[in-house]
Amino acid sequence: MTAVMGTKMLRKEDPALLVGENKFIDDIHAPGELWMGMIRSTMAHAKINSIDTSEAEAMPGVVAVYTGEQLAEMGLWLAPLPCAWPVTEDIVNPPHNPVAVGEAKHVGDIVAVVLCNDRYGAADAAEKVVVDYDPLPAVGSLEAAVANTAMAHSDLETNKAFHWPLVPDPEGTEKAFAEAAHTVKAKFIQQRMIPSPMEPRGCMAIPSPAGGDITFYSATQVPHILKVMIAATTGIPESKIRVIAPSVGGGFGGKLNVDPDAILSVTLANHLGVPVRWTETRTEAAGSSHQGRGQIQHMEVAADENGKISSVRVHIDADMGAYMMLITPGVPLLGSFLYTGVYDIPNLAFTCDGHFTNLTPTDAYRGAGRPEASYAIERIMDMLAAEVGITPEEIRARNYINGGEAFENHEAASTLVFDSGHYRPAHDRALEMVKIDELRAEQARRRDAGEAKQLGIGMCSYVEICGLAPSRALGGLNYGAGGWEHATVRMLPTGKIEVVSGSTPHGQGHETAWSMIIADKMGVDPNDVEVLHSDTAKSPLGLDTYGSRSLAVGGVAIAMAADKVIEKAKLIAAHQFEAAPEDVQFEAGAFSVAGTPSKSVHIQELGFAAFAAHDLPDGMEPNLQEQVSFDPPNFAFPFGTHACVVEIDTETGGVELIDYVAVDDCGHQVNPMIVEGQLHGGIVQGVAQALFEEAVYDEDGNINNPSFMDYLVPSAMEVPSMQLDYTVTPSTSNPLGVKGAGEAGTIGSAAAVMNAVCDALSPYGVKDMDMPATPKRIWEAIHSNANNSNGGAA
Amino acid sequence: MEVSITVNGSTHSSDVEPRTLLVHHLRDNIGLTGTNIGCDSSSCGACTIHMNGESVKSCTVLAVQADGQELTTIEGLAAVAESDGTATGDQNWHPMQEAFQNCHALQCGYCTPGMVMASTSFLKENPNPTEEQIREGLEGNLCRCTGYHNIVKAVQSVAGGAS
Repeated sequence: MTAVMGTKMLRKEDPALLVGENKFIDDIHAPGELWMGMIRSTMAHAKINSIDTSEAEAMPGVVAVYTGEQLAEMGLWLAPLPCAWPVTEDIVNPPHNPVAVGEAKHVGDIVAVVLCNDRYGAADAAEKVVVDYDPLPAVGSLEAAVANTAMAHSDLETNKAFHWPLVPDPEGTEKAFAEAAHTVKAKFIQQRMIPSPMEPRGCMAIPSPAGGDITFYSATQVPHILKVMIAATTGIPESKIRVIAPSVGGGFGGKLNVDPDAILSVTLANHLGVPVRWTETRTEAAGSSHQGRGQIQHMEVAADENGKISSVRVHIDADMGAYMMLITPGVPLLGSFLYTGVYDIPNLAFTCDGHFTNLTPTDAYRGAGRPEASYAIERIMDMLAAEVGITPEEIRARNYINGGEAFENHEAASTLVFDSGHYRPAHDRALEMVKIDELRAEQARRRDAGEAKQLGIGMCSYVEICGLAPSRALGGLNYGAGGWEHATVRMLPTGKIEVVSGSTPHGQGHETAWSMIIADKMGVDPNDVEVLHSDTAKSPLGLDTYGSRSLAVGGVAIAMAADKVIEKAKLIAAHQFEAAPEDVQFEAGAFSVAGTPSKSVHIQELGFAAFAAHDLPDGMEPNLQEQVSFDPPNFAFPFGTHACVVEIDTETGGVELIDYVAVDDCGHQVNPMIVEGQLHGGIVQGVAQALFEEAVYDEDGNINNPSFMDYLVPSAMEVPSMQLDYTVTPSTSNPLGVKGAGEAGTIGSAAAVMNAVCDALSPYGVKDMDMPATPKRIWEAIHSNANNSNGGAA
Repeated sequence: MEVSITVNGSTHSSDVEPRTLLVHHLRDNIGLTGTNIGCDSSSCGACTIHMNGESVKSCTVLAVQADGQELTTIEGLAAVAESDGTATGDQNWHPMQEAFQNCHALQCGYCTPGMVMASTSFLKENPNPTEEQIREGLEGNLCRCTGYHNIVKAVQSVAGGAS
């Protein structure tokens, strides 16, 4: 049997999705279901004087209307919504009730909920609820939060939630900056992003008609985490909760939270004894789904006369939004280890302050902390290159870890150990593919000719931390859980193989990839493998999908469990052959005795033998089923170089991406087709941050662009075709040698695009530009040279 | 109000509220949940279906406006291809469905029904488009997973095959 891993096997998931047979959350109904309609605060910060529900209660089909105060009195939950990552001992974490009590803290904060037997009726009734607010001073931006003139939480004396330092060698930092020939300082703004999976969030809780148990369907990335958190928050025993993620239409971090709707639907279904459901509208998502990014980065590098960097000093102000969600405060920390990038920089000083605002809470969005870090170091590399008077590619070449040559186990200044890397080949290949010399010649020609359309070329060499995570490392960061993943591999009596995975797909093609791993390990047809996932009754143990962890942790657990099944099957084969186990070999699915190839049995035949148990070795338990909880010894560190070309119309400020090249290294690839798809999508999300997307708030905390009419998720028109290539540097953190690919595209792309934009504008004295680089910003930068955080150089 | 709509060859008569959106009627009343809803501003195209052979966003049509019309949703697309003799592959799908799988033009699959319906209708209007024209033609359909690269390739492959 030829190898399956490494081939572009078509996805098993596709047929159902291509004919509309699969079920997303809103496709599933239960008899007697009630729809929740949320009444959301229209003010960013306000005292709730009174809520009049009488008119809503009289609407047809309305069963109940509850205010936050009523729900609190009913005692439906034991604890506020959880934050699993209190990053410091003295972190400030005001209670986050599923429905606000007394005070609304952001536009979109739920203040009351209606229950109605009809989707439209719930929306109608929600509009009839009258809330009397007294506005309070609102913290409408991160800058306002840092200034501390108004308080996001009236009972607090500061907006600051925590201070988190990672400063391994402060004297070294001082010395490096004192002795530097060049220092560059910049302020970068990571605008708020709305994750925007195409499927909005939604859920449905169904109490068992027999009483006691709750089945909770949710468009979630994290059914296992949800189960634990629902139990901890509501007091309903874990054993009575079953969480099912049906087909989930994308997540990108946006579906990994424990949101108010989850707790409301579960507790109200439990209380009323009927199914309770909710489907988010897209406009509602702006206030109800957490957002990503939201940071101000104060970044400094110190370098010698040749541009060799000796230290990075960075301070982050991070926007928590109004409340701490599941991992809100931890997101900037995930980036902290990456501010030295792919470079051999001996010293790092990182500090982060978290601040409350009266805006939608923030949390993970594709890359979570790492795109921000990559952006800061890769933008400042270009600034340093200009300062030293060398090209962007030369400044990088002078600083790569191990001179760009292959390495294993590099201890970075952050104290984290990079598993493996080999940075120069990706760098060289990307520049070759983008045709750097021709582009520079054309760029010079257009500059000399003073043409209206100017070229910009940008590159970004990134490294990222994925495969979250070694449990001990998470413990060290005060995260409230581990980072292992669980897998079971079982041979069924018919010879088919059932894989149970704790990873939870929402578009990544896990069923295909896991089948491929089993096919290669066990020598079986991938179509003989069935993958069970995303249902805590079928897959009781798991830690779900985020942080590019599915393959590097969950896939590895599957491979290890398969090895254990093969090991046991080998004993049965040896017994049947009346041979010593050490004389039995396993190849392409078949066991045979060395030297007697005529005696052979396929592992799938042994499935029945193990099930029937008529003739097993003495003392052996029946059945072929093994499980593994894999806790990775280290993170995995994918890397690569992206290069991009923009054409800027200096008369209109319009930007067109005319080429995008990415050379990525995620170690061994299980299915290169899926890797390519992950990179394409990831790259476009980074491009979108660079050029299009931003959740824009006014100073009173109102969002100006809550719908897809004005929040600019790019269409096919705005993005180019991409050229991809790969290098392969196996990870040393797991036996498959794999690294993640889900977030790499996003981590590499925003900086590449902005480096290109700034390169195009450098003749106009523009040193930096805030994201998104809209035509207006670009035009103003060309013509007034002032619209960016670092000013111009004119 | 009484409406009678032919969807994928079957006629469904029902009493609907006048304000009912066609997409909700298809999904909640007729039970055809393959057509998805991704926004509330007619921006994302996840709900694209064919009405009398042309693509429409079914969130922007009232059920009552579809009275007496012939609709095709993703569930019925393969049958349309079969009846006009263009069905392909082991699955007997519309060539666009096959191309989407072969080109890995879908990941989570949420935008896919709308994207496939929009793409087939686009190629009917412009059987031999350039890449630029494909990108323009699909401008009303958003995808968050694929970065569009493989969707464009899938449409190109069907266009190439047809010419």
